[in-house]
Amino acid sequence: MKRFEYIRAESIDDAIAAIAAVPDARAVAGGTNLIDLMKYDVAQPSRLVDINRLPLDTIEETSEGGLKIGALVTNSALAWDTRVEEHFPLLSSAILAGASPQLRNAATTGGNLLQRTRCYYFYDACTPCNKREPGSGCPAIPGVNRIHAILGTSDACIATHPSDMCVALAALDATVHVAGPGGTRTIPFADFHRLPGDQPELDNTMRHGELITAVEVPPSRFGAHHTYLKIRDRLSYAFALVSVAAALTLDGDRIVEARVAMGGVAHKPWRDRLAEADLAGKQADAAAFQDFADQVLEGAVGYGHNSFKIDLARRAMVRALEQAAAGTPQRQTDKRIN
Amino acid sequence: MDTLITHIGRPTRRVDGQLKVTGRAKYAAEYDAPGLLHGAIVSSSIPAGRIVRIHTDKAKAFPGVVEIFTHENRGKAAWLDYKWRDQVAPPGHPFRPLHSDRVVFDGQPIALVVAESYEAARDAATLVHADYQPDEHRTDLLVERERSYQPPKKRSGVPKPPSPRGDAEGAFDQAPVKLANTYRIAAEHHNPMELFATTCVRGGDGKLTLYEKTQGSQNSQSYVTSVFGLKSDDVEVINHYVGGAFGSGLRPQHQLFFAVMASLELERSVRVSLTRDQMFHIGYRPEILQTVGLACDAEGRLQAVMHDATAGTSHFEDYQENVVNWSGLLYRCDNVRLSYELAKLNTYTPCDMRAPGAASGVTALECAMDELAYAARIDPLELRRINFATRDENDNKELTSKALDACYDEGAAAFGWDKRSFEPRSMRDGRDLIGWGMATGVWEASMQKTVATAKLSANGHLEIATASSDIGTGTWTILTQIGADALGLPLEAVTARIGESGLPASPIEGGSWTAASAGSAVQAACDEVRKSLLKQAAGLPGSPLADASPEDVRLNAGRLELKADPSRGISIGEIMTASGIGEIEEEGKAAPDKLQMLKYVSYTHSAIFAEVAVDEELGVIRVTRVVCATAAGRILNPKTARSQILGGVVMGIGMALHEEAMTDHHLGRVMNHNIAEYHMPVNADIHDIEVIFVAEHDDKASPIGVKGLGEIGIVGTAAAVANAVFHATGKRIRDFPMTLDKVLQN
Repeated sequence: MKRFEYIRAESIDDAIAAIAAVPDARAVAGGTNLIDLMKYDVAQPSRLVDINRLPLDTIEETSEGGLKIGALVTNSALAWDTRVEEHFPLLSSAILAGASPQLRNAATTGGNLLQRTRCYYFYDACTPCNKREPGSGCPAIPGVNRIHAILGTSDACIATHPSDMCVALAALDATVHVAGPGGTRTIPFADFHRLPGDQPELDNTMRHGELITAVEVPPSRFGAHHTYLKIRDRLSYAFALVSVAAALTLDGDRIVEARVAMGGVAHKPWRDRLAEADLAGKQADAAAFQDFADQVLEGAVGYGHNSFKIDLARRAMVRALEQAAAGTPQRQTDKRIN
Repeated sequence: MDTLITHIGRPTRRVDGQLKVTGRAKYAAEYDAPGLLHGAIVSSSIPAGRIVRIHTDKAKAFPGVVEIFTHENRGKAAWLDYKWRDQVAPPGHPFRPLHSDRVVFDGQPIALVVAESYEAARDAATLVHADYQPDEHRTDLLVERERSYQPPKKRSGVPKPPSPRGDAEGAFDQAPVKLANTYRIAAEHHNPMELFATTCVRGGDGKLTLYEKTQGSQNSQSYVTSVFGLKSDDVEVINHYVGGAFGSGLRPQHQLFFAVMASLELERSVRVSLTRDQMFHIGYRPEILQTVGLACDAEGRLQAVMHDATAGTSHFEDYQENVVNWSGLLYRCDNVRLSYELAKLNTYTPCDMRAPGAASGVTALECAMDELAYAARIDPLELRRINFATRDENDNKELTSKALDACYDEGAAAFGWDKRSFEPRSMRDGRDLIGWGMATGVWEASMQKTVATAKLSANGHLEIATASSDIGTGTWTILTQIGADALGLPLEAVTARIGESGLPASPIEGGSWTAASAGSAVQAACDEVRKSLLKQAAGLPGSPLADASPEDVRLNAGRLELKADPSRGISIGEIMTASGIGEIEEEGKAAPDKLQMLKYVSYTHSAIFAEVAVDEELGVIRVTRVVCATAAGRILNPKTARSQILGGVVMGIGMALHEEAMTDHHLGRVMNHNIAEYHMPVNADIHDIEVIFVAEHDDKASPIGVKGLGEIGIVGTAAAVANAVFHATGKRIRDFPMTLDKVLQN
């Protein structure tokens, strides 16, 4: 861990100014990921700006019936908020599928969006990694890649985004509110995280000095027809090998709208809007779900250890869509897959 | 001479429990000293090669840094490498940190940064940089098995495979039912909660007190005195509390060398602690490939057993385990051929990890037995009963006891084995396939020479002492129980002293022998105290015990009294006051009975039954139920004993489903070197575990009838789970851990 300067920001403007002034300054809130990365010498910010005192810890209802979630709302507070539990159970479920209660108590909404990949090589400062050290190479491609991406990869990087919450937010068509030196702007969730391409060091489309202030979710129409299904190497406290957030609006047993986001398979929560559009109008049955999954995975590529993920992702999508269609969302408490 | 037994056999809370849960039990890294310096180890980033240049300038200039040690300026230490051998070193050349510019394993310590604060040391350590000339490295056992060899020199305490008996190949060829399969078990890394740490406190007289995470304070002491040429009187090692070790603390780890070396060179107190990722570069359970061939007749009687194992070791030591011998003694068979080989890898030397050898070897054997049961279409439990062995055919010796049949009976009854349907894929619960599997477990019940003292004061307080360690197993508690019962005292009147190198000689805490060894030594010391007490009492004028022999009296509630007439007795205080002595201190010894060992051998046994629920479409396995029935002689404390079995079973589930060092063979490096990505079971993975101790009387295994429990819980558990997975799915997964991709494969 390298030494760093610590500043506690008292206002949003202060925070932005303090970060913008130093190229490698970073904001810190829960610190559940950043502090680990600093201990591993993977992140070496020379300045940490503590934003925990900023007035960003409330959940407000929007006039349309959605929610605007402050960036500092903890994962626990969000998952157990009665409005979220009642109207956005998919979001609650996804959050509770991740980490541990202790981590969720500390981790924040904004920080969750900004958590970095769990790629073994990214975490190990002794190995090359294009994400950590641009141009140094990607040993994961020929190496140990059990947890790596099968969709949207590049020759430079096959890392995945590790968040569960973001997979649900992607399915819910959330919007990210950011504030920066140039003012505020909103970023549709699908445009917030990016694919690695030839700049894998960039996880998202935020600019230096910008701060996430809130995440907004529009009203949900899915009722009980949703699920967050997470498949991992042990039954809790492990990142997803594959996860699926699925939400359906149904007219009888016919699909009106389908939204399916996948975690653990790409550098960002993965959605295939064309495939989703094709699913609309179809009978909600296994055959349609299979076709959908095949379509989503058309371009999937395995790298050896992770090749099983292609088949697993197919199966997980079908199961998740079955759960959503049946209105029997995956429970996150007993760890038994329904 | 007997007493009213009041504590042994009762579920007794840990005497150190309150200290631990309130944070008052101090661990090695928690001791402080005036002017304490902090060391941070820098690890190599390559698995093989030479250090061409090591850059320390930037680190040296870092504020607070006192010194940086590399191979170029390492402090004085023994030149001859035998001086570096600790009590449990396997054959070979022990690793000598900073000895030369050569790198022979990934993560090898190449420098120690010593600074005034931990933060400065850690920060500066990232500024040390080495230029390497890499050599070719070898880390893939599947490749290196081509170069496997029989270890030329046997590791002390680990039996070699016995010579073949009968004609295994011939019998195999002729048998009507047979199979041979290869099993792989991934390398597993130790991850006890407490990191390895040494706080070396230098006294004004230059003497060193080492607060050290170890399973043997006297092993660490002799290592330090040998390596640094110090006198035993000048080095004291203290390990009162150990936050888990499981075998990783049997041998001194790097931090001990570094803390002492830096302390001697700088003439200051120094603490060095390993980081969690450095814990992945010390000893580990080696990856192992095993081929097991079994054959039986139509009735299920074993005709041939062949078990060949190849395990990884380092380039500098031949670490060895007893992997295959279990296959020659667990079941009756006249035709047995066993072999055990090693292959050199660019890793640190593997080390003992809970039931070393048996955890791997019995897993393969017990999976193969299940496969044979299905080939012969015999119930898997019935197949074990058919082949029940009543003696150790490897050594041609009698067994001191073997209540394994009771384990089978009671375990099966508790589990409901009779309701099992034989066919795979025949049991379901909704979408889940349900499978029931079982396995046998076996571990050696051994004793080691141990000395203890017992000191009884006139006020009825007893202090017992031996250098043994408590690595979380409950040694503090059971020794207190034994002392209390031996002298008829309440637990509160007994103080145990352990975990100090200056106490009476005790071996490292390993091999499940501590309860039997230290317990028997404490019992012996207390017996001596009672005899002395009676002698004093009998000699008093008008003593009501004047003519009593040791067999006639007992100690009860602080009073020595006649068994036949308890009204005739004298209190401890009275005896001592009248005799004019303040205390009675005696020594007791326990050691294996060499003569008896010519004829007898002693093992602990278990039967493990596991239920799994498998979501076949998604490959997800849940272990929903485990019953472990154990025969381990006398159970001193059913509460701590149960905890040992629970821990072993959980670790076995980890071997079955989770634990795996993922090595990048291009880089020669374990990549999942943190406990987020190196998976072991978490609460959600563990459901019902029922622990049964069957009655087993053994008057030969140890003087106090104890066999030991630290390891038996893991043995066979992974096989029981794998066999349950087969019963559920009809798929044999012979590659551990059984991750979900392997369920989806096939």
